[in-house]
Amino acid sequence: MALETSVIQTKLVDKFDTIVTDFVQQHDIFAFEVDATSIIEVMQFLRDDATLRFNFLTDLCGIHYPDATPDKQFAVVYHMHNWRDNVRIRIKCFLNAENPEIDTVTSLFLGANWQERETYDFYGITFKGHPQLKRILNMDEMTSFPMRKEFPLEDGGRTDKDDRFFGRTTDNC
Amino acid sequence: MSDLLLPPELRYADIIKQRQNEDGSELSILNLGPTHPATHGIFQNILLMDGERIVDGEATVGYIHRAFEKIAENRPFYQITPLTDRMNYCSAPINNMGWWMTLEKALNIEVPKRVQYMRVIIMELARIADHIICNSVLGVDTGALTGFLYVFQYREKIYEIYEEICGARLTTNMGRIGGFERDWSPLAFKKIDDFLEEFPAIWSEFENLLTRNRIFMDRTIDVGPISAEKAMSYGFTGPNLRATGVDYDIRVMQPYSSYEDFEFDIPVGKSGDTYDRFCVRNGEVWESLKIIKQALAKMPEGPFHADVPDYYLPPKEDVYNTMEGLIYHFKIVMGEIPVPVTEVYHPVEGGNGELGFYLITDGSRTPFRLHFRRPCFIYYQAFNEMVQGQMLSDAIATLSSLNVIAGELDA
Repeated sequence: MALETSVIQTKLVDKFDTIVTDFVQQHDIFAFEVDATSIIEVMQFLRDDATLRFNFLTDLCGIHYPDATPDKQFAVVYHMHNWRDNVRIRIKCFLNAENPEIDTVTSLFLGANWQERETYDFYGITFKGHPQLKRILNMDEMTSFPMRKEFPLEDGGRTDKDDRFFGRTTDNC
Repeated sequence: MSDLLLPPELRYADIIKQRQNEDGSELSILNLGPTHPATHGIFQNILLMDGERIVDGEATVGYIHRAFEKIAENRPFYQITPLTDRMNYCSAPINNMGWWMTLEKALNIEVPKRVQYMRVIIMELARIADHIICNSVLGVDTGALTGFLYVFQYREKIYEIYEEICGARLTTNMGRIGGFERDWSPLAFKKIDDFLEEFPAIWSEFENLLTRNRIFMDRTIDVGPISAEKAMSYGFTGPNLRATGVDYDIRVMQPYSSYEDFEFDIPVGKSGDTYDRFCVRNGEVWESLKIIKQALAKMPEGPFHADVPDYYLPPKEDVYNTMEGLIYHFKIVMGEIPVPVTEVYHPVEGGNGELGFYLITDGSRTPFRLHFRRPCFIYYQAFNEMVQGQMLSDAIATLSSLNVIAGELDA
């Protein structure tokens, strides 16, 4: 591996100081947290710097942490890959519960477009400056965000799984 | 409100009126799909057409969205393979093996060499099956039905191999944590040998039918091209990226399951058009055959699963006759397996590109979060840009050569 993770860490800390924190090696991927307000600058630096060269945005997705503090309820995770040195990194940006929003990275990577739409669709995370932020896999009329943990897997109004049909009531089961 | 947020038919109605006033041209809106035979799956493209030429388009996806990521958060780990089957159903074993390898990475399980080689064989067979479908269907979409009917027999033979190994054909649900559910029978090996013997002649005949066919070349060269820079920015991976000339292949970049033990080349194209994608897939079939031959020749003796009683179901005679067997069986079936709190990302080279599994565990019996990096979903967004200015029939050929699988696109 030509590019050491310590180099990535030093370069990021030199440039961004406390914006980039919590560096940790998780299995084969070097991971860290980035302050959500600076995601564009950090990603641009990672992509364009002559030694870092993270040229490929592999993956972008959201996470919901219902048990975390209100300012860390949601996270957007970016996986980036440097193809020349073959190094992968994982960037996590935490967002608050009331107004989860983050800048779009479609200006850096065209492929982020649909992945951000998917994240919006399922988590309700707003990507500021996104050219076409509307639902993608769910129907447009939907009002909830189904991948949030409080959203039940099955429709509570279903009658075909009613206990009464199985000879049980809630009292005698 | 941005214009793009409007439904495409409203957006296009303005453009149609504007262009009519400007130069009297008559644009029209065409619905391609959702259930059109030429789209090979359920997705809709609303196209703005100038005669037969495409001016603009918008893809509407999600028609077969089945909420796999949500379901996965509510299922024990061993019940998630059936979900992965149903993503890229043309090469289900690759998805299955990718999921087991992700889980093994999270659980720190080392699998025996024999299992790794068996996995390589089954994944390469799946890749061949995937490319058979894509390339022969591209032939059908450009008017050559013969090749399709001819090579599809051999997809059937691959499915018979799956059937011999795991009992299922399309949605295979193959493998277990740490290995396979049973050792491969001598008949399975014989079927693989037979396939390796018969298939190359058939495949080269299929290649001869199309590769230098004047009509086929006219229909595919310079159709739906994309540059390497654009493709990388759009997140292309797999054969579609390699057709643009970038030799990115996870089997070589980040070898998993002992791919480093085998000699093979990565076919690359040059112009990123439909013809190059066809040729890259053809080349990959030959490389896959090479890998399978090497794996069979080097196949070591040994167990067909790792020795991990915490995760691998014991044989039935142990369950009935020993205390430990019964305890392990019960714990595994009830989902009570020890899982460390961790985050892993594991990519495999799927039929269409980098298939990634991003798994977050919190120590409970289900994943806290499981995200699938689905190559189709990511590269299909470039489709509109690739077909702008092309004829409608070219769009069909482009769509088919991209090998967009609706199941994987919509998850």
